[in-house]
Amino acid sequence: MIEPKATPMREQAPDVRIHNFSEVPLGYSEDEAIREASRCLQCRNAPCVSGCPVGIDIPGFIRAVKERKHDAAIARIKESNALPAVCGRVCPQETQCQGVCTLGKRLEPVAIGRLERFCADWEATHEACTPTVQPATGKRIAVVGSGPAGLTAAGELRRRGHDVTVFELLHVAGGVLMYGIPEFRLPKAIVQREIDALRRLGVRIEVNKVVGRVATLDELLRDGYDAAFVGTGAGLPQFLGVPGENLNGVYSANEFLTRTNLMRAYRFPEYDTPIRVGRRVVTVGGGNVAMDSARTALRLGADESVIVYRRSEAELPARKEEVHHAKEEGVQLHLLTNPVEFLGDKGRVRAVRCLRMELGEPDASGRRRPVPVKGSEFEIETDTVVIAIGNGPHPLIPQTTPDLALTKSGNIAADARTGATNLRGVYAGGDIVTGAATVIEAMGAGKRAATAIDEYVSR
Amino acid sequence: MYRILSKRTLGPKIREYVIEAPDVAKVGKAGQFVVLRLHERGERIPLTIVECDRKTGGVTLVVQEVGKSTQEMGDRFQEGDSVLDVAGPLGLPSDIERYGTVICIGGGLGIAPLYPIARDLKAAGNEVIGILGARSRDLLFYEDRLAAVCDELHIMTDDGTYGRKGFVSDPLREILAGGRKIARVWAIGPAIMMKVCAGVTREYGVPTIVSLNSVMIDGTGMCGGCRVEIAGEAKFACVDGPEFDAHKVDFDLLISRQRFYAEEEACAVEKYLAERRGEGVAR
Ligand SMILES: Cc1cc2nc3c(=O)[nH]c(=O)nc-3n(C[C@H](O)[C@H](O)[C@H](O)COP(=O)(O)OP(=O)(O)OC[C@H]3O[C@@H](n4cnc5c(N)ncnc54)[C@H](O)[C@@H]3O)c2cc1C
Ligand SMILES: Cc1cc2nc3c(=O)[nH]c(=O)nc-3n(C[C@H](O)[C@H](O)[C@H](O)COP(=O)(O)OP(=O)(O)OC[C@H]3O[C@@H](n4cnc5c(N)ncnc54)[C@H](O)[C@@H]3O)c2cc1C
Ligand code: FES
Repeated sequence: MIEPKATPMREQAPDVRIHNFSEVPLGYSEDEAIREASRCLQCRNAPCVSGCPVGIDIPGFIRAVKERKHDAAIARIKESNALPAVCGRVCPQETQCQGVCTLGKRLEPVAIGRLERFCADWEATHEACTPTVQPATGKRIAVVGSGPAGLTAAGELRRRGHDVTVFELLHVAGGVLMYGIPEFRLPKAIVQREIDALRRLGVRIEVNKVVGRVATLDELLRDGYDAAFVGTGAGLPQFLGVPGENLNGVYSANEFLTRTNLMRAYRFPEYDTPIRVGRRVVTVGGGNVAMDSARTALRLGADESVIVYRRSEAELPARKEEVHHAKEEGVQLHLLTNPVEFLGDKGRVRAVRCLRMELGEPDASGRRRPVPVKGSEFEIETDTVVIAIGNGPHPLIPQTTPDLALTKSGNIAADARTGATNLRGVYAGGDIVTGAATVIEAMGAGKRAATAIDEYVSR
Repeated sequence: MYRILSKRTLGPKIREYVIEAPDVAKVGKAGQFVVLRLHERGERIPLTIVECDRKTGGVTLVVQEVGKSTQEMGDRFQEGDSVLDVAGPLGLPSDIERYGTVICIGGGLGIAPLYPIARDLKAAGNEVIGILGARSRDLLFYEDRLAAVCDELHIMTDDGTYGRKGFVSDPLREILAGGRKIARVWAIGPAIMMKVCAGVTREYGVPTIVSLNSVMIDGTGMCGGCRVEIAGEAKFACVDGPEFDAHKVDFDLLISRQRFYAEEEACAVEKYLAERRGEGVAR
């Protein structure tokens, strides 16, 4: 008999966790992991593997967990995924591997993400398996940007014996994993562990290096790099363009989260960077970034955290689990609501003027288009607003590499299979190519580009 | 780590540092800035590049001690010590061309960022009229450096302890009213000074550039915290600027946004001073 429900993972209780920044889900014990691993049917056709953007041998690693061979399990995962501790926590498994799990047709799918996390955390407390590095090839590769795309490309290329340098403009490596995704969902120590492992492998990581200003891509290639990978991400915050948006107290999600995660403003004045939240925080948007901002607001001491989203709950782009966590913590969802103006008092935001919406005909995205309800204007009093409606491509590389071909939306145009751009020796992948997407997709792109770069420099 | 090659005091709470940052020194230009972080718990402090020495890799910065971070830099960071992070050069360089006769106005600490612009304008063949202003004599610095690159130099102090008594906008108005043909004006200093100068040059239709020091975090276009309004449109000062057409800037918004964290800043200074007095860390 197979347990119909997935083995639950223990979590910090909502009323406790909203007062701290510690991780919410607490991980599986060994017994729990083995219990969950035993639910796997070990399907021969393994739909889960094709559901995984990097094709992890999922039945293989789960079988190893069931047999208590955790070292074999983590080694199996790491053949395809260099950042399992990260992916086990933040991947949208429900639409990937778990979404196509055979068990999921009738019962709850196997909790693959939780098992992946278990293996990665197990490794952290045991002897780490260090991957082997091929003999030096003498080829030098520049990786621009240290998010999941860049880190993955760097690791893959280093293992093939190349001399790899990662350039990062911020003072720490990790990209969104460090500055965007909050501590309570992805502890920074875990990201740091992965980065340290890359360093031990021999990857050079240079922070505070603004490529485009210190040296352009062209200059890097002229000055002795044989190829470059660009993984500069979707770092440009978008605003609504409505009146009052530049009032004090209106933050982009990037600013709100960067102050908190990267600069640790939640520990001001022990840390030097301040942040203001006040009593009620209104977050605009419905994706993971909005959920992260709204939940962060509570932890920063807001009494009320409100999300304003112009479509209905069914269209919320955030992961179900994150919406669930947010609701549990008391985040209020104002759906079918669209902000049209921010009202201020002495330069500081005091209210959001909103319109109620209803769903009309489907739009280009296939979702029903929200249309305003006449005469439905109302105000929500607020102290702080966070705009979380998306990010555009980081502009610095496109701006400083005049010949680089771009798409209409300003992303770098790159071959989907190889990451090759129109410039010789320049490859790109991750959010800078696809627009804001996911960690695992960025990693997949980094990995494919590494293979293509390896072939290119070995020619 | 980035070593402090030299440090000297230019006036009360005004210090000049030369910091070893060869990457920045190699390519830094007038108008650009760096972001500096003192230590693990430090904030990212934007500071304008005053001078780059390609040979030593030294980058000259002038820092006015206005709050916790800048004060801590002055107190605890000496020649030979290192700061944790220096990233740059950031922002767009000044548009240096041969314009004809230009006026370069520096108010207070603004004299530091003004210097490389005046120097490069002079080197590009412009006739450079300098106007420097400070609240009082002891706060005025770099007079010699500016004198070396200006064809004409006006010095103003608010209290009349040195130069002429008055504001930098006074000689500006006189020159413009005198009918001399001025091709361009640069005005760098406190927001209110830039606002007033912009008002004067607008009357005479002289193109004017100001450098906007909005509150920044990353300094690379990633957070939007530095946004300013130029002709009603939001721009990011760190990547679209920091220099903008003075006649299109919403200065009141800039001033209001600069003051947003005043309470937190005061609290940080208080805690820091308590710490300095050896009373231990408050909370
Ligand atoms: C708040 C938030 C929550 C998210 N939650 C999830 C989630 O739960 N699950 C999920 O799968 N995805 C999530 N995502 C999306 C995911 O984080 C991104 O898709 C992923 O990080 C993209 O990786 P990347 O390597 O392409 O870029 P990034 O992670 O953006 O990294 C790019 C790096 O390049 C650097 N850089 C840019 N320009 C330069 C330059 N010129 N020189 C040097 N360095 C440069 C940047 O500073 C940055 O560090 C979230 C995103 C955000 C913002
Ligand atoms: C592009 C740019 C160039 C600058 N160049 C110089 C320079 O060459 N020399 C110099 O002394 N100062 C310069 N500044 C200002 C300097 O960055 C601030 O004075 C410094 O960050 C104050 O930190 P604090 O902790 O000492 O003071 P705080 O107590 O934090 O603040 C005092 C005042 O400084 C301003 N400020 C605070 N934090 C920031 C921040 N992160 N970014 C910008 N302003 C801030 C605020 O308006 C505040 O009212 C520049 C600012 C910008 C944006
Ligand atoms: S300082 Fe963050 S965008 Fe300018």
